[in-house]
Amino acid sequence: MSRVHNAGIWLALRGNRQDLLLLPLVVLGFFTLSHAIRQMAVPFSIGQPLPISTEPNALFDDALFTTLRMLAAVLASLLFTVVYATLAAKNRYAGKILIPLLDILQSVPILGYLSITVTGFIALFPGSLVGVQLAVIFAVFTSQVWNMTFAFYQALITLPHDLDEAARLYRLNAWQRFFRLELPFAVPPLLWNTMMSMSGGWFFVVAAEAITVAGHEVMVPGIGSYIAMAIQQKDLVAIFWAILAMIVVIGLYDFLLFRPLVAWADKFKWEIGTDLQRPRSIVLEGLRRSRIAQVFARLLEALWEISLRWLPPGRPHWQDERPPTPWRDGFFSVAMVLALGLFSWHLVETLLRHFSTQEIVHVFLLGLVTGLRVFILVVLSLLVWVPVGILVGLRPGLSGRVQAVIQFLAAFPANLLFPLVVLAILRWHLNVNVWVSPLMILGSQWYVLFNVIGAAAALPSDLKEAARNLGLRGWLLWKRLLLPGTFPGTVTGGITASGGAWNASIVAEVVSWGHHTLIATGLGAYITLATAAGQLDAVALGIGVMSFYVVLVNRLFWRRLYHLAAHRLRLD
Amino acid sequence: MPTDTLPALYRLRGVSRRFANPEGAEIRVLEDVDLDLRDGEILVIVGRSGSGKSTLLRVLAGLLPASGGEVCFCGEPVRGPVAGAAMVFQSFALFPWLNVLQNVELGLEARRVPRKERRARALAAIDAIGLDGFESAFPRELSGGMRQRVGFARALVVEPQVLLMDEAFSALDVLTAETLRGDLLDLWLEHRTATRGILLVSHNIEEAVLLADRVLVFGSHPGRVRQEIAIPLPHPRDRNAEDFRALVEEIYASMTAGDGHTPLVADLPDIHRVLPAVSVNRMAGLLETLDSLGNGSQPGIRPAELARSMAFSVDDLLPLLDSLQLLGFVELVDDRVQLSAAGRRFVQGDTQERKTLFARHLLQHVPLAAHIRSVLDARSGHRAPAARFLSELEDRLPEDKARSVLETIIYWGRYAEIFAYDDRRAEFSLDDPH
Repeated sequence: MSRVHNAGIWLALRGNRQDLLLLPLVVLGFFTLSHAIRQMAVPFSIGQPLPISTEPNALFDDALFTTLRMLAAVLASLLFTVVYATLAAKNRYAGKILIPLLDILQSVPILGYLSITVTGFIALFPGSLVGVQLAVIFAVFTSQVWNMTFAFYQALITLPHDLDEAARLYRLNAWQRFFRLELPFAVPPLLWNTMMSMSGGWFFVVAAEAITVAGHEVMVPGIGSYIAMAIQQKDLVAIFWAILAMIVVIGLYDFLLFRPLVAWADKFKWEIGTDLQRPRSIVLEGLRRSRIAQVFARLLEALWEISLRWLPPGRPHWQDERPPTPWRDGFFSVAMVLALGLFSWHLVETLLRHFSTQEIVHVFLLGLVTGLRVFILVVLSLLVWVPVGILVGLRPGLSGRVQAVIQFLAAFPANLLFPLVVLAILRWHLNVNVWVSPLMILGSQWYVLFNVIGAAAALPSDLKEAARNLGLRGWLLWKRLLLPGTFPGTVTGGITASGGAWNASIVAEVVSWGHHTLIATGLGAYITLATAAGQLDAVALGIGVMSFYVVLVNRLFWRRLYHLAAHRLRLD
Repeated sequence: MPTDTLPALYRLRGVSRRFANPEGAEIRVLEDVDLDLRDGEILVIVGRSGSGKSTLLRVLAGLLPASGGEVCFCGEPVRGPVAGAAMVFQSFALFPWLNVLQNVELGLEARRVPRKERRARALAAIDAIGLDGFESAFPRELSGGMRQRVGFARALVVEPQVLLMDEAFSALDVLTAETLRGDLLDLWLEHRTATRGILLVSHNIEEAVLLADRVLVFGSHPGRVRQEIAIPLPHPRDRNAEDFRALVEEIYASMTAGDGHTPLVADLPDIHRVLPAVSVNRMAGLLETLDSLGNGSQPGIRPAELARSMAFSVDDLLPLLDSLQLLGFVELVDDRVQLSAAGRRFVQGDTQERKTLFARHLLQHVPLAAHIRSVLDARSGHRAPAARFLSELEDRLPEDKARSVLETIIYWGRYAEIFAYDDRRAEFSLDDPH
């Protein structure tokens, strides 16, 4: 213990170069945080416009707020992930409810959560901006959390058998088991999914910072509201500054947060083998050498020792093998069926009370229009990016660099570019229904390219050599090797792009420049307009229908392709 | 015997282990196992893969409950992971994110041993097993042999009364395994551990004779003790000594017999017979080898000699012999393997003759093949889904075993061209692929 008590003195005496840099940074961090929190809780009531400046200087604050929102959302996501996934994995009944529920929740368009919850959050904190802040954070949270939870759950139920046995044989208690076995095993997939989530999250944080609710523009300071203001004022220069600020923020996030994390998490990789390319990070290496970080590590170690001493030892127990409980199982099934029945009946009744059949049919037709748009866009992006991805992936020197760029492009919130497209439509009087569509896929098309490059780069070299040896060339080479070989990557990319496009339709089907507003026909526009008009029933209906379509397309189309890819075209 | 006066470390009486497969049918893995692990002895259980010996080890460790009978450790009934027993795993089961020292400390951490003492004991164990210098290395930086040393250090550091080993040497190459076995034996014979008994599960017969004071031969389906063989040889033991070889052959004979003439699964209807997952190429290879060896004065060859001459382990050889016996291509006469008349014809035939012969024997001797063929013949479209046969198999076999039997029959049947199989539709048919 004395070691920790003396840490401060020890540190003061033995500081080194890294600390000279790190210490001021830490202090600066605290100041920034307190500044931001004060700003975030300013008084606010709905309908009262907040002063949003489009001066480039304001971007420093705005970028900070947007970044902190992202951070808050990701922390909330991690917390939720651990609790939800653990519950679902450890309790049989909870798992039967929570996992299908998760599947539905992740199909709901993310901005739908915002439309529904923002009024509730505002009402929760009357007279303060905190409510709106929370609503935005919640929206970003919903864009990030589901795949993280799935990843963690998946890790928990696929723990290596022998490690589980060793943990039980040595009688680790639940606490030790979590930190020694379960969490470390889950780190690589969890980190990967967190990065994917964050990358998608920028889009939603920008979209959520400025929305119209019940006829009132609700804005919280951030890059998203900055750009919304710039659009209102037709300020192209401001838009350029916002794009620049975003590029810098995403770059810093990657450099300061994710690169160090990936390099650190490398030791949790399960496959025991020697990779030639270990991820490295200058920031992490600096941290490792600094005294502050070492003291922090010692502190954690001491806490771990204390926890070992204070927590009760593990109770020996058999392998998870419960005696059959037909009564309880039966009761559970009956209760589930009753609850589902009651819920559906209630749903149908509410629907019929609030909407005419005509309106419902109309909304379903709108969904078809948006669905058609999504489908065409995904097909187009596959046609373009699959060949490009394969060509890039076959060049080992190139593929790594291109992938880094694409990761960046995927993280870049495409909605910052919307004004440019709108300008083009206005200038040349283009068909709105056609030309607004590309906006939907602007952000998510990169996932196709990214995954295809990955798959092409992983093509076994013996297959490539065999193909060359057999004299396969031209179309035959693509048909027999390149396209089937990269098919799993193509499907993964397609699924992600399609999901992203559905989500983006809510912001992409209604776009504006100054007081020109372009509205395309589709379900996304329906939801946006209903939100703006404050018709919560219609918003709920629109979101329900969209979720329905997403689930339907996933079940009938993507899941089958995925199985085909996983079982017949796997290369291992 | 002096050891009989001391109470047994483990005492098992009438232990069985069953589980229900998804179809609801009951699968027996262990049946009526009686076993004592005496104070001061090394007991080795040998059996084929799938004979339930690993399950038995997990029952002993308290990782799995027995379905019937009683399991006692030092006179106390086992009710969950046994504190006095530590296990060494075939796969090492090291935590890849912990370094050597942390891995070794894991069991002590769980026992709430204070940090200082924990470190001292772990370092001592690391020293004893020859790992000093590697304390801060991560498992992925170590070779297989070094990893298993970590496994041993982790098990021994908690000072277990009994050391359980699940095929602890079989993932290592021959030389490494030899060294590690020797080091372990030295620790044991010089009483440098607190351990009072060792129980090793293995399919390597020579390893068993090298280490054991007693060997139990395990039979399969369901797993049970078939024979007990004492190994009265003094250490160090010489593999090439006459009495050593005799014991190896005795155990080989015990494992081969019984699973030969009688069906593998005595009380199961014929189509549920467990088919060894063996490729036709390997069968052909063994037949050709037998043919070339068969020119000696005495017909046939002992399985132990055959294994040695081909550098095969039991797990390689016995399934091959089983399938060849099943198909009627080899015979076992007086513990000696020899080609049957059909086997000789197979060796002499060309590709097409071999196929025809194989097809005839498959339909004649393997009821499942005949069953599938007759279903296909009877149906007007000559098609049948694989799921149908799989669920028939699952009535009596565990899920993975049923799947493996079906895969084997698909493979054999395709070779013999008695039916075709479409993997995409998971369907049998009589289609000609051309």
